[in-house]
Amino acid sequence: MAPGVSRRSFLKGAVGAAAAAALPKTFAHAEGRVSKGDVFSVLVDLSRCIGCRSCMRACQRANDLNAPQEWMDIDHLDRRLDLTYNQWTVVNREGIEPSILRHVKRQCMHCLEPACVSVCPVAALAQTEQGPVIYRESRCIGCRYCMVACPFEVPRFEWNNGLTPVIGKCQFCAQERLFKGLPPGCSEACPTGALKFGKRSDLLFEAKTRLGSHPEKYVDHIFGEEEIGGTSWLYISDVPFEKLGFKTNLPKRPLPSLTWDVVSWIPGIAAVLASLFGVLAYSFSRKPHVPPGGAKKEDA
Amino acid sequence: MIGWSFLAAVLGILCWLAVAYGLGRPPRHGRLLGWSAVGSLWAVTAVVLAIRFFLGMGAMSHMSDRFPWGVWIGLLQSGVALSGGGFVMAATVHIFHLKRFEPILRPVVLLAFLGYTFVALTLFIEVGRPWALWHPLAMWQHHSIMFEVAWCVTLYFTVLATEFSPVIFERLGLPKAVSFIHAVAIPVVIAGVILSTLHQSSMGSMFLIVPQKMHPLWYSTLLPVFFFMSSVGVGLCVTVIASFYSARVFGKTLDRWMLADLARAASVLLFLYAAVRVVDVTARGVWGRLGDPAWLGALFLLEVVGGALLPAVFLSRRSTLERPRRMVWWGLPAIGGVVLNRLSVSWFAMVPYTGSGYVPHWMEVAVSFTLFTVVVTVFGLAVRYLPVFPKESSVVS
Repeated sequence: MAPGVSRRSFLKGAVGAAAAAALPKTFAHAEGRVSKGDVFSVLVDLSRCIGCRSCMRACQRANDLNAPQEWMDIDHLDRRLDLTYNQWTVVNREGIEPSILRHVKRQCMHCLEPACVSVCPVAALAQTEQGPVIYRESRCIGCRYCMVACPFEVPRFEWNNGLTPVIGKCQFCAQERLFKGLPPGCSEACPTGALKFGKRSDLLFEAKTRLGSHPEKYVDHIFGEEEIGGTSWLYISDVPFEKLGFKTNLPKRPLPSLTWDVVSWIPGIAAVLASLFGVLAYSFSRKPHVPPGGAKKEDA
Repeated sequence: MIGWSFLAAVLGILCWLAVAYGLGRPPRHGRLLGWSAVGSLWAVTAVVLAIRFFLGMGAMSHMSDRFPWGVWIGLLQSGVALSGGGFVMAATVHIFHLKRFEPILRPVVLLAFLGYTFVALTLFIEVGRPWALWHPLAMWQHHSIMFEVAWCVTLYFTVLATEFSPVIFERLGLPKAVSFIHAVAIPVVIAGVILSTLHQSSMGSMFLIVPQKMHPLWYSTLLPVFFFMSSVGVGLCVTVIASFYSARVFGKTLDRWMLADLARAASVLLFLYAAVRVVDVTARGVWGRLGDPAWLGALFLLEVVGGALLPAVFLSRRSTLERPRRMVWWGLPAIGGVVLNRLSVSWFAMVPYTGSGYVPHWMEVAVSFTLFTVVVTVFGLAVRYLPVFPKESSVVS
């Protein structure tokens, strides 16, 4: 088990969730969130990113990944990179006209209420109390439901491994750095201050301050503040988000509640069905028995 | 290309043979031809599976990070739905005590058991780490629908095995074991019905998490209800068809009034299902999305009208109910409709959003098709060597 999630916190989560199941819907929803209080967060200011891809190299180093290094330079920005199981963050040039070209870093958004965690049948994906959503290979069965569920299409699968493929996604450097008091590798490596690490409430304040002090420059939106219930990674931009490939049609409602509304009914449904069929089977069996074969002739 | 041609040839030979036997005109070397087609398919699939387990799924499928679930999921879900006859007939006979349906209970339970075997085998290949498939039983995450499905399917598999075990015990001559199973039959059947109800609907609930990815003609909070209703309807259709072909191929007498009752029940269910689908789309006001894109709208109509409404109408007509062959002919589109529905939910309805041009690799299709032929073969062997069909007096199973 990963050091980030102690057995105690896991049990606490399980007990809390069991309690949530017993509570009315509105309370249950509030209890669905694992992370308590203020979570770790990164503010990405797209107007400050120069596309140097230092964060990509830092990510590779910090997490001991081995994606091909040769394209991770600023010289190769014309080559579009994609997230893979061993490439947890990418920076690409986005936008169509030269005037709106920006460099956009992508990685796991670390949702406050992550869909991937809610769908994973074995808790291979788990949210730590400080916010980061981590992956635990030893539990994973490779069902790829997390990939289907993720609204940002972040988790990636090791397609060329027959028996021990892993899901790869940004871990927020949780175990390698965050829990040791260090900032994530990417934000430490950023030379322009495009990535700022801190507590979510502080960064939201910072983002609002920047938007408020330069309303002529920034788009009046903090991506990640409210999208699907909020994410730990927050983006501000001086170019409309939809022109940079962001999904701007995401609901504000957290996704896990959609399935939890059904899952939380299951014990009740099972109980109702059991008593209903029990009574039915009992009452029908008390009728006088038709001898086998006799019924057929009567019906025909 | 060579792979697709090979598959088409095998499929063609087998379909032709099935039709020929169905019409009662088996060709002279039919048996040899059929087995060589199936045998070569199995040999090729053995190689395909070796590729899958040594080189990874990327080497033999077109699934990708953009489209992580391929055709296997849809077929697996179809397998679950088509096995719905098992719990429907078990409830009919043992809970509602409609004993006249008992003669077909054993073959239907066997079919359901084999259907779930198909599902389990598909899952074993589809999941990235098959050796860890037991994890959901030990590592709980009760917020997950998949967790619930894993438990339900595992338990229901056990229930089906228990329900079918008297057949094996009879063959082995163990009357005490048979009477023990009979003693616990009712609770086991009730457990099976509950488990089926839960996980048939959960197969639909799994997709509630992707409201933004699925086309609005399919995405609805009623997905679990749709999946459950259609599984009951199609389960009855499968029961009709399986009874008809079993009687034909194995020379058993066919009680066609029993079949007609089943077909009538199926028609009610299918009609309700189609009505709820239509009401749902109307209530959500998304008929306007029928032409966006047009091919998806056409699939929706084909599925709801051609795969549910038309079979429902024709299966309720007296002229159909009087002729078993017609019941079979109208049961087939109902089966097609449900298979199409499962494929649409897990594949087609996601295509516009994900923008992926996923088309299955021929090796993916070959694997599924092989598993299907294995199931059919095992059914044939079981019917031949086990007392699946009652001889004269019907025995409680």
